[in-house]
Amino acid sequence: MQTATDQAAAGAAEATETRRFRGFRYKRGDKAPHFDTFDVPIEPRTTLLDAMKWIQLHRDASLMLRHSCYHASCGTCGVRVNGREVLLCVTAVHDLGLEITVEPVANIPVLTDLVVDMEEFYARFPDQHPYVRESEFNAAASTPDGIAAYVRYEDCIECGLCLSACPIPATTDRYVGPAALAAAQRMLEEPRGADVADLLDWADEPDGVWRCHAAFECTEACPSNVNPAARIMALRGALVGGALVIPDRVEEMR
Amino acid sequence: MSQTTSADGLPGLEERAQRGPVLRKGIGVAPSGWFDPRGRAIGSWAFAANRITGLGLVFYLYLHLGVLSILLVGKSGWNDFVALATNIVFLGLDVLLLFGVLFHGLNGVRVALVGTGIVPDRQKALFWAFSVIGTLTLAYGAFRILGRA
Repeated sequence: MQTATDQAAAGAAEATETRRFRGFRYKRGDKAPHFDTFDVPIEPRTTLLDAMKWIQLHRDASLMLRHSCYHASCGTCGVRVNGREVLLCVTAVHDLGLEITVEPVANIPVLTDLVVDMEEFYARFPDQHPYVRESEFNAAASTPDGIAAYVRYEDCIECGLCLSACPIPATTDRYVGPAALAAAQRMLEEPRGADVADLLDWADEPDGVWRCHAAFECTEACPSNVNPAARIMALRGALVGGALVIPDRVEEMR
Repeated sequence: MSQTTSADGLPGLEERAQRGPVLRKGIGVAPSGWFDPRGRAIGSWAFAANRITGLGLVFYLYLHLGVLSILLVGKSGWNDFVALATNIVFLGLDVLLLFGVLFHGLNGVRVALVGTGIVPDRQKALFWAFSVIGTLTLAYGAFRILGRA
């Protein structure tokens, strides 16, 4: 039987485990980005954000990254790790292999290190419509049967991971991207009195809903289950058939 | 983004105004573009394979037109080509062509079914269903084609 001393010794042994991080580095004026390597001690429950903060505290205070809430609500700590889009704050280091490459999200210009210029992300949204709505109490919105079928766009945390995972910006910068199209579909699905007559026209552009080439990576990358790919496809359905974006049951909520 | 210029007289402002790099897909700084689905999900593999088979089919179309022009040379030229085309290597290329046609065609139907909003969130189920259909058709086709060798 394992004693408390044995368990403490095992815990200490786990704490001495290390992982090698390759961190993307870029400062304004650099001719080219490069990677710096850091060996970081980890424990079984160390997250990527813990590891990045450790690097800042113990190795290089100039490593820049964005983060805020620590629980996948704010969407600020989105990065690419070993080529996949993740949130730093809810990704465990332990399962990622011995060498871990951390890069900023793709398809958005890098400001410095892991920080990207989110202004270019927000600029893709339709100007005339708010993509984040104020919380409101809608007296007419009684909870209908089958509430599980309602996936609220408000689940989007605007992390930019969907845009990073999308392969289309590798061929054109003009594509508005999954987040903006999902926002438009969400507004059409539940306008709550807003005038959304022009939203389908906004989406019905070569660089709008038709630029999506159905790789479905946005849905794979989304940490908030928004399912942008299905929303883009629903927008297309509305444009070709006009029937699928607004299910009958949502009519009750207007 | 507001741009500050060195006209303001402070050091470093010109560097700060420079646009940073824009990373693309793939691991590391070097861009690997849309054709590299490593580490991605099945949708990206289908997307990349659809484009690559599309380029292959366009190449084959022109190759096919070129080959048909051998008919202009006459009967003996065409017979010589047919003898060459029943070689096992050419028949293997025929099987590869059949794979390209099946993948591109069936994936096109899958994307159309999803993309017209008929089944907007069933792309994975459709991928595997069409994979079964495609694999069986390819196996039958390969059996018939290679049986000519």
